[in-house]
Formats: sequence, C-alpha cells, structure tokens
Amino acid sequence: MIRFLVRRILWGIVIVWFVATLVFGLFFVAPRDVARLIAGRQASDRTIQLVRQRLGLDQPVPVQYLRFLGRIVRGDLGESFLTSEPVVSVIRRDFPVTASLAFGAATLWLLIGVGTGVIAATRPRSFFDRALTAASLFFYSMPPFLMGELLLLFLFFRLYMAGYTFFPPGAYVPMTESVAQWARHLMLPWLSIALITAATYSRLTRGAMLDVLGEDYIRTARAKGLTERRIIFRHALRSSAAPVITQFGIDLGGLLGGAIVTEVVFGLPGLGREAVLAITTQDLPVIIGITILSSTLVVTASLVVDMCYAFLDPRVRVR
Amino acid sequence: MNESIRARGPWRLAFERIRGDRWAIVAATGIVLTILVALFAPWIAAVVEHAPEAQFRETGLSPSGIPVGPNREFLFGTDGLGRDILVRVAYGARVSLLVGVLASGLSVAVGALVGIIAAWFGGIIDTILSRLMDVVLSLPFLVFALALVAVVGPSLTISIVVIAFFSWASVGRVVRAQALSIREHEFVRAARSLGAGSLRIMFVEILPNVAATLIVYATLLIPSSIAFEATMSFLGLGVVPPTPSWGNMLADSIAFYKVAWWFVVFPGAALLATTLAFNILGDSVRDAFDPRHDQTIVLDTETGGKS
Repeated sequence: MIRFLVRRILWGIVIVWFVATLVFGLFFVAPRDVARLIAGRQASDRTIQLVRQRLGLDQPVPVQYLRFLGRIVRGDLGESFLTSEPVVSVIRRDFPVTASLAFGAATLWLLIGVGTGVIAATRPRSFFDRALTAASLFFYSMPPFLMGELLLLFLFFRLYMAGYTFFPPGAYVPMTESVAQWARHLMLPWLSIALITAATYSRLTRGAMLDVLGEDYIRTARAKGLTERRIIFRHALRSSAAPVITQFGIDLGGLLGGAIVTEVVFGLPGLGREAVLAITTQDLPVIIGITILSSTLVVTASLVVDMCYAFLDPRVRVR
Repeated sequence: MNESIRARGPWRLAFERIRGDRWAIVAATGIVLTILVALFAPWIAAVVEHAPEAQFRETGLSPSGIPVGPNREFLFGTDGLGRDILVRVAYGARVSLLVGVLASGLSVAVGALVGIIAAWFGGIIDTILSRLMDVVLSLPFLVFALALVAVVGPSLTISIVVIAFFSWASVGRVVRAQALSIREHEFVRAARSLGAGSLRIMFVEILPNVAATLIVYATLLIPSSIAFEATMSFLGLGVVPPTPSWGNMLADSIAFYKVAWWFVVFPGAALLATTLAFNILGDSVRDAFDPRHDQTIVLDTETGGKS
C-alpha cells in the first residue's frame, strides 16, 4: 500500500513537472516579445531593456528555466508581469470563488444525477426511464457556455422582466458575508454546470445499478425479505458507486482548477476567468501558476479516487 | 432455398440495427440537413441577398442601433452589427462540421496508430506511449488549449490540431487494450509464421479488428469536437471574426441577450441540434456494434471541456 502510494505520488509530480515545462516552453518558443508587450507600444528600447532585466527575461532560457523550477519547488510562483502581485496571492484570492462554484455544483449534480439514475434503474424501460435517457442526451450535448447563456436568458432575464429576481447573475458574495446571498448569486452558475454534468452521472448510475441489481446477492437479500429501499440504498447503491466515484474525482479535480467557461459567462472572479485574462495579456507567471495548480488538483483527485476504490471494493488489489 | 438462412456479417448486422433505430434515422436526417445547409450556404446568402459579413446598418438595426428581430427580410433577425443571422448560422455550419469531422478523424487516426504500436511492440515502447497517453489525459486541457492558441495565434487549422491533440489519447488507450488481446489470437500467430512483418500484422491483421471501435469513437468525437471548437471561438481563441462560427456568434450575443433573444437562440439551437444529432447517432452506432453495452455517453475525453 505504501509503495503504491509513493509510486503514485512520484508519478503525479512527474506529470505536474511535465505540464509546467510544457507551458514554460510554449511561451519561449513563441516569437513574441513579452517585455515589449508589457512596456507598451511607445516604450523606448531602453525601457524595454529595463523591463526585460526586471523580469529576468534577459537571462539565457536554460537559466530562466532552472530558476523557474527552483522557485516552484520553494512554493513561490513568482509575480504577475502586469500587476506585480504575487501569483500565490492571486490564487488565494480567486480560489474561494472557484471552490464555491465547484463544490456547490458538485453537490447538485450528485443529487440530481445519482437520484435520477437510481430511479431509472429501478424502473427500466418505463416512461420515466425513457424520458430521462432523452433528457440526459440533451443536456450532455449542451456546450456549457450555451447552457449558461440560456439560463441567463430564461431563468434570470425573463423572470426579471416578469418582476421576479430570484437569481441575480454576476457579482460574487463571499460565504462569510451572507450565506443566502452567496447561494443566490451562485445558483445559476451551479445549475449550468450541474445540469450538464448530472447527465453523465445519471447514465453511469443507471448502468451500474442495473448490473448490480441482476446479481445473486440482491436476489438473496430479496428472498430474506429485506425492504426494497434497504436493498437499493444499502446493498445495490454501494457496490455500484465505483464508476461514479471515479468520474466524480476527475470532474471535481478538473473543476477546481477553474471552471473557465462558466466563470466567463457569469462574470465570476475565479481562477478560470483569471486564466483567460492572463492568457489574453500574455501574463506568463499567472498562466503557469494556474496551470500548475489545476494539474496538481487533477493528479491529486485521481490519487484520492484510487484510494477510495481500495476502501470501497476489497477486490481491487492495490499493487 | 439457402436464401432463408444467410449469414450476416457483423457490419451488415450493425447497419441493420441502426436502420431499425427510429431516433438514429431522425438524427442522421438532421445531420444530412446540416451538411446540405453548410454546402449551400452561399446559395442561401444569394437567395436572401445578404452576404455573411455584410452589415445592414439601415434595415438591420433599429434607429437606436439595436438588432432587429425576425421579420420578412431577416428571417432569423440580425446581430449587433446588423448582419443577417440566418446567413451567418448557415456559414457557421461549415466551420463546425469541418472542425468536427477533421478533428475527430485526426484523433482517431493518431489514437489507433499509437494504440496499435504500443500493443504490438510492447516493452519499453508500450511503457513510453502509455505514460504519454496518461500525461495527455491528465492535462487541464481547456487552460492548456487556450494557452497554446494564445501563443501561436488562433486559426481554423490550429483549432483542429489542438482538439485532436487533446482527444487522441482516450482513443489510444482503448485501442491499445483491444489490440493487446487481439495480438494473442491464433490468426496473428499464423500470420507471423507465414512470415508477415510487423507492419503487415499491425495494419492488415489487427487494424480491421478494432475498426468497429474506431467508428464508434469517430462518431462520438465529432460532437465533442464541435462543442470544443465552439467553446474556443466563444472565448475568442477559435475561428477569427468576421468569419462566422456558432461559437463567436454566441460570444457576441452575450452582450445583447437582454434585447435580442434571437441572437442567442438561433445559433444556440443550431449548435445544440448538431451536437445532439451526432450524439444520438453515435449512441446508436455503439449499440449496434455492441448490443450488450448499456451505458450511454461515457467518454473520458469529456471531463475538462465540461467546466
């Protein structure tokens, strides 16, 4: 077990290193002069030279790369080229927004997805099952930004015109200020992620449940006279949780690194929007910082998923 | 006499199953329709006499500069610059279909190649290629795609390459797993003992046996590539304006959603209908090749793009 853990963690570090190097490389292969971009169009050569020096861009690329790795190891992600704000503090500022978005959406999609999946599995081929299949395909095919726009149009604007403002978009209110306002402002972004993601979970749960419900031990449980509710929630759901957990780990890990599209559509000041801003302004340290954070989160999530697997299903041999 | 019991190959069977699936037929019809619209986009533009990039500041905008809604002249209304949304949606279909088909084809080709090579040669080559696929699958790919495009500059070709770059690994993984079991079959050994080289075995013996998987993936990767392209265009890093694409139309529409619902609804409906049709068809194709498989829509490329 320990050996497996150590190996997985080392492999995770390799991936993060690889990602960092790739992003770093990307920006130095590019025929763009970052210093000129920052100094402005009218800057003199001397100013550009100074900017270059201050950012360490005058050093040879290998030296810059080693310095870059050295700093990351010490947990220092550098400073934004544009605002000189330390990237770590940028992340600290944006992360609560993204985390609020991700955890709220995750709760919703688990409830909707697993709930509908269980109901569909207990009534296969029923009207509900068919309707759910259609709805899943519909939401699954929906690009997230379109979902966001449609929610804005129908659940915010149409209601607003009719005199109801349940879900004001934009403007993030920290949970520490007011939980109710926090939830109200995040409701549409949550829904737009959750409805799409729930589609996958619904299908996953349904498929896994149907497989499990056909097994002998379920028949045994029924023969023992257990209530249907107990069979489904205590016996079947538990053993069909594995694929759902795998998917959940991947999705949550990916989302915590920035829900780019949703944050952009709803104007939420999270990591994803920060990344897009940084990309359009070529703010290399911010881009690298966010990319490293999100790949670390993805890697960690998949590690946690594997651990959960081992706990849930003793048959999974962890080598 | 022997007409009553004729053996039907797996391909023929699959085809018959798809033909019997009502929804698949509806979806296929929708796709054909979209292709026709894309092909005849210039013709549509000629009929309504509105070029896709022409701005009708007199007739296409209200006196206060707001887009006009659907009317006789502009069936789908106009956008923020007084351009005809109908014509632009038709032209947008070209971008979406082109990117969808090419990116999906490229991913499947690369995925198949890498998967088969990894499985056939095994050993160190397999280890390297498998690790490579692991890395690609664990990249935060939307951030990464955006960074890549920001550096090299957006264009249609770049979009296709970027989408394929992030999609091939999931195909590669599945193909590798299948090829690993195929290479242990007798017919592969037989081919080998007859003196077939690696190339021949990989492409003549193994490839046809993973073809069904490749077709399923190709169909299911089309809608996700279309959505991916639209997302990049939406973020301003896909197809360069003024060339119309559904993604950049929807990006422009966000400033107008309060005054011009048609600006959101028509491009949005076109995009959704297309991805939906391909997903329905893809589901049906998969069920046709593997009727036992009961799990709809689970593709591991889907994760990051969904945020």
